[in-house]
Amino acid sequence: MPVRFFVPGPLREFSEGRAEIALSATPRTLKEALEALGREYPGITRRVLDEQGEVRPHVNLFVGGECVRFADGLETALPDGSEVAILPAVSGG
Amino acid sequence: MAATKSLPVRNGDVLLLVGTMKGAFLLRSDRSRRRWERSGPHFPGRSVYALAYDGRNRRHRIWAAPKSLHWGAELCSSDDFGRKWSRPEVPRIAFPKETGASLAHAWQIEPGLDDEPDRLFCGAEPSALFESRDAGETWSLNEGLWNHPHRPNWTPGGGGLCLHTILTDPTRRDRLTIATSTGGVYRTDDDGRTWRARNRGIKAYFLPEKEPEFGQCVHKIVRHPSKPDRLFLQHHFGLYRSDDGGDTWREASKGVPSDFGFAMAMHPRNPEAVYVLPLQADEFRCPPEGKLRVYRTRDGARSWRPLTRGLPQKDCYDTVLRDAMSIDEEDPAGVYFGTRNGWLYGSRDEGESWSVIEESLPPITCVRAVAVRDLEKRRAARPRRRRRRRAA
Repeated sequence: MPVRFFVPGPLREFSEGRAEIALSATPRTLKEALEALGREYPGITRRVLDEQGEVRPHVNLFVGGECVRFADGLETALPDGSEVAILPAVSGG
Repeated sequence: MAATKSLPVRNGDVLLLVGTMKGAFLLRSDRSRRRWERSGPHFPGRSVYALAYDGRNRRHRIWAAPKSLHWGAELCSSDDFGRKWSRPEVPRIAFPKETGASLAHAWQIEPGLDDEPDRLFCGAEPSALFESRDAGETWSLNEGLWNHPHRPNWTPGGGGLCLHTILTDPTRRDRLTIATSTGGVYRTDDDGRTWRARNRGIKAYFLPEKEPEFGQCVHKIVRHPSKPDRLFLQHHFGLYRSDDGGDTWREASKGVPSDFGFAMAMHPRNPEAVYVLPLQADEFRCPPEGKLRVYRTRDGARSWRPLTRGLPQKDCYDTVLRDAMSIDEEDPAGVYFGTRNGWLYGSRDEGESWSVIEESLPPITCVRAVAVRDLEKRRAARPRRRRRRRAA
């Protein structure tokens, strides 16, 4: 089962309008999954991660419903068929 | 105020590029500057600290630096006055891996000299200078400034550690002057390879040493292209003037009700004429006595005169930020400034009288007045008309 990313509306201009992307690669960690995503859709990963490869402070990544900030961050393991949701945090003013 | 999706810009128009905390707005008027049309918000929800117009080499390009709280900061450009914006997949500006830094915001976009029409500069947060030599397609970090031994000791001001002012010198191709808060004024005379602090005479009352080599909180510097060695500077405390390209500075605050302020703008033809907007120091940062007053000098900052007609002179608690004042190239010159409460004021007579152009924009961060010249008819941006369907 491929790893699937769920892309939020503001980033779909970089995913050809797709809300869901299934990776052909088989990454072991979230970091590897984002690297694979970035090879096809750099516009998404460069907005999820800054130029140093860190998750931007107001972006949340969920793997199987768990926020990775409270797991192992980018080293969070991805079991076969994982679903990764990219969500803008509730923030602003 | 008529609002349109795209502006019908014509040759000779005056444009106002207005950045806010919630997006950018573009306004146009003919040269009379009596009526304005607006488009926007462009980049709704994103803060735009820097806007610029590049009219060199037959371009009519607007640059914008929107920052999304979620997705980061980037540079976007439009060649049709905001109808479409280019937004590359990989943001144009990024710190190299080895710096360990990431772009927090772009604070300034500055076209280079006219005879180098593909050169642009960008001031960033954290304080750094980026440069493009291909009209903005690709950018590189100025390593001379980034590796300056003072840089680790620069500290952020209230808005962040930002490089907010970039001045070219039409008489010296290799000279560039920048200002960073807080760090102060730095100048290169070898096209960016090496930089020297140029803060002699600028007093830093907020530091133990009153005239340190660096650490000053410079808010803005302006210069007239016909006299590039004469600089005027708004410091955190104090107005200053230099007659030697920034080698030395002397105070020029006599006649203003407060020597604190952010914005400063230069008259397009008179190198002795400068505009400032004093604010009460240090924490309040609203107009002294609740009176919104622009001050103008026409004698090189030897004296300052308040310009108040049409501006609120009672209970005004507003603030004007460092890039939120600009002057057009018309005669008489139009002067414009925007406030944190979202008011945009304009004067068609060099500041003698003022009127409200906008009164409920988001907090205004920058204003740029632009003269549109050499706009070919075929490139004039007109709203598209819907083609009528013929009845079957």
